[in-house]
Amino acid sequence: MIRQFDTSLKEVKHLLLDMGEKLEIAINKAVKSLSRLDVDMARDVLNNDQAIDEMENRIDDKVATLIATQQPVAKDLRKLISALKIASDMERMADLATNIAEVTLHFVENDLKLFKELKDISEMARITQNMVHDGINSYIDGNVDLSKKMAETDDQVDKLYERIVKELLEDMIQEQKFTEVSLRLCFVARYLERIADHATNVAESVVYIETGKREDLN
Amino acid sequence: MAEQSVLTKPAIQVEDLDLYYGDHQALYNIALEVEENSVTALIGPSGCGKSTFLRTLNRMNDLIPGVKIDGKIRLYGEDIYDRKVDVEMLRKQVGMVFQTPNPFPKSIYDNIAYGPRIHGIRSKKQLDEIVERSLRQAALWDEVKDRLKDRATGLSGGQQQRLCIARALAVEPEIVLMDEPTSALDPISTSKIEELLGELKEKYTIVIVTHNMQQAARVSDKTAFFLNGELVEYGETDTLFSNPSNSKTEDYITGRFG
Repeated sequence: MIRQFDTSLKEVKHLLLDMGEKLEIAINKAVKSLSRLDVDMARDVLNNDQAIDEMENRIDDKVATLIATQQPVAKDLRKLISALKIASDMERMADLATNIAEVTLHFVENDLKLFKELKDISEMARITQNMVHDGINSYIDGNVDLSKKMAETDDQVDKLYERIVKELLEDMIQEQKFTEVSLRLCFVARYLERIADHATNVAESVVYIETGKREDLN
Repeated sequence: MAEQSVLTKPAIQVEDLDLYYGDHQALYNIALEVEENSVTALIGPSGCGKSTFLRTLNRMNDLIPGVKIDGKIRLYGEDIYDRKVDVEMLRKQVGMVFQTPNPFPKSIYDNIAYGPRIHGIRSKKQLDEIVERSLRQAALWDEVKDRLKDRATGLSGGQQQRLCIARALAVEPEIVLMDEPTSALDPISTSKIEELLGELKEKYTIVIVTHNMQQAARVSDKTAFFLNGELVEYGETDTLFSNPSNSKTEDYITGRFG
């Protein structure tokens, strides 16, 4: 028997999946726009943020309706509560991606040049993007192992963050003219580090759905 | 919770309970304890044995021919199926409220005074006190105090059910059994009775059969899930409805069967 509730739950899943795809693209484009100082790409990220916000609202509305009309319990309820949390985490991640795109725009508008290749920041972006990807997939498949493995990579992100900040600090000390760019690149590293933290929250939500238990994964 | 369990004592203890209707076994090896001053909900699909189980607690099944019961049910330590037990006294101790309100075709006052009179109370003053106390406990007093001589059958469905609760309380039971007490009532009457349960458990121990899962979740401290005559899961209501340990319970409460 396929119940109305299961069909609606699938719709919530699809919305989260769509939202996750848009988010992955946003993170990817934001960091690319920065390393290439590509204004159009950065504007793209900013313009798409509204669509992600709207998706969060749609998920909220759908979940509210389901709770009001179906009175879900147990795992059904955990799925819905977690859908709200995951949507909120993704919305925050998308905001952080726009913050990165804003740095691109600021550099271009103020004619600030990158004084070195953004190798570590790109690597950080790659890992966080994968974390988001695995987070969404582990939610869709109810895969606790995948979500836990994903959360473990947060350590790599934290290490990269520390290294990036340290190096940029040295750059600032060596060359005063690098100060503003270095400072803003520190912010970018911080934004990526925050994105990875939100991805870890998604992993915790997946564990909660599947086991009913709350685990601090990082 | 550990501190609480030291303070509370079991009102009902059931061990290895089997029940047969002739050749048909309706209950299998039921074991559970009901704490004093708590609300326990029995849930499960039709025919799962929950009402049968409820009726074993005041020996209502004795009235059905061909019933055979094995195992033990203790009320405050006393085996209620012991030969020496006076069944009438047992039913005074363990009151019951049924699905459809069933007031006697008498006045409101006489409905409540009926039980106490049977148990030998004659004094008008004493009966007046019992009627008022019982109606107050059932949250009906304010609505009927000016028309106690009116016929009870003229009350609304929700009022009639609270009258039946008052009637059960009039003989000062220790345990009140309720078999789907709100299934014939509108939502407002239902919520009045649900609210009442929270107050009644201060003084009584309540066991309620309900088909309304949300009701079980709202009103009870513990929930027992029955399926095909077996007790599948019994535990804290909060846990049972948020994270049940048995997958059959999960399937039932989420509406995947039953």
